[in-house]
Amino acid sequence: MSLIPGSDSSITTIISLLSYVFFIVLIFYGQRIQMYVMIREVENSLHKLRHIKEEGRKNAIDAIKEIGKPTVDPSARVDRYLEYFTIGPQGMDPAGIVNKLDHILDVRDERLKEEVRLMAPSSDETQVNNLENTLEAAMALNFIYKVVRHYYIQGKKTLSLYVIMQIQMILPMVMKEAEAYSSALKAFAYGQPIGDGAGPLVAGKLMQGYETRKLPKDCVMATVPIEGRTALIIKAEGPGGNVGKPGDAVEAVIEENEGKIALLIMIDAGLKLEGEIVGEVSEGIGAAIGGPGVDAYKIEEKLTKYKIRNYAVIVKEDIGDAVSPMRREINDAVDKVIERVKAVIQERTKEGDKVIIVGVGNSIGVGQ
Amino acid sequence: MRMKNMTQNQTQSTSANKKISTYLTMIVLIVMALAVTALLIAVETYFVGDQLAAGVLAGIGLIALMLSVFLLYQSKLQSAQVKIEVPKVMTTIECKCGGKTVREFQRGDYVYKELDVPCQKCPTTKQMITAIYREIKEKEKTFNV
Ligand SMILES: [Zn+2]
Repeated sequence: MSLIPGSDSSITTIISLLSYVFFIVLIFYGQRIQMYVMIREVENSLHKLRHIKEEGRKNAIDAIKEIGKPTVDPSARVDRYLEYFTIGPQGMDPAGIVNKLDHILDVRDERLKEEVRLMAPSSDETQVNNLENTLEAAMALNFIYKVVRHYYIQGKKTLSLYVIMQIQMILPMVMKEAEAYSSALKAFAYGQPIGDGAGPLVAGKLMQGYETRKLPKDCVMATVPIEGRTALIIKAEGPGGNVGKPGDAVEAVIEENEGKIALLIMIDAGLKLEGEIVGEVSEGIGAAIGGPGVDAYKIEEKLTKYKIRNYAVIVKEDIGDAVSPMRREINDAVDKVIERVKAVIQERTKEGDKVIIVGVGNSIGVGQ
Repeated sequence: MRMKNMTQNQTQSTSANKKISTYLTMIVLIVMALAVTALLIAVETYFVGDQLAAGVLAGIGLIALMLSVFLLYQSKLQSAQVKIEVPKVMTTIECKCGGKTVREFQRGDYVYKELDVPCQKCPTTKQMITAIYREIKEKEKTFNV
């Protein structure tokens, strides 16, 4: 009974015996060993997530204390805020669900802002918006941590490979998102523009030197002559952290002009695939707007009613770039976007036409 | 001010991490040295003639060596992951005359903000913030596809 034929010493016998034992152990316990490795991996990430989450909470509280000058310690209120949840509308009978969702989001927004005002009494409107964004990032981190912890504990309890596998498989993406939120939180606390602000940045540049007026739900508009056409430029009101409701704003502007709009151009930050270059500008068709879909729905409704063409220009970036302080490449893309927009207007409209240009995105750190 | 505090905290926590990781590395290196010694002794014993003892020693040495290499690899992976860098954000200020200055971001800065600080060349015109961005030093890895 030896591995190497011809050599029959005791040492080779032991080695061959050991290798058989090793083989049998692997057959029966291989999966379990694999599972323990996975659990370790999740555990490591969980520790890191807890660290990120705690740091996020601390940064948020520090920002509130510094900006809002509260009389009482806001920690308890912040902890309560981090646990807030939102229940989406019932979808069994989906007719009219967009309005229900819209209403729920309005209530949520109002409630969260109210809460921030109580936490940070001496902050102005811009700062309330920034703090709300900061707290929402902390909320997202808290939620990610809790979900990963849930799967980790459940995996340990059931010792089921499939429970732990579910979280282990998506862990790299989850960690990337958590890191993105972590850097977003800092940007929000300081009021720095983020990658998602590419749209408002372009709109703000086009608006420079022209008078702005307010539009429904935290948006502003300026009337700007471009290439002999009249451009109605819309962006979320800055420099507070705010995405506004471009859906409502576009709706209002189209109705004001009785649908006599030649073209709608939406500028937004678009998620890039791996391998694409950050800050690349590309063109397309459709409502370029993220979020829960309420704004896209409203815009599409109006466009269909008046048969208005809808073009989109996006600046490519990944999720991490979108929520962390704006990268130079994205900032440099602004001029390229303006060039594209002007080309589209020249080629696709006649002189004297009216064109709506919407800079979609969070206008934190971007004025007008 | 806050920025400064934060960077300090960051460096503190990374130095704590570094301390732990150097400690771990030291232990691993000692184990590795012991493993190599065990292997050497095993060779020696083999030539002396005690094959059983040599086999056991060789087994122990190999397992210890493998474990320490694995640990070293894993701790290296972890320390690479824990590092969170704070990017430096810069503010660009431009004047109508073409004068341009770049400084570090200060709280209250926002793009298209008109500053009260006049330009050095033309004290009557107001300057404006035209860009706020962060620069990424290291190039993203491309996979040549
Ligand atoms: Zn000047």
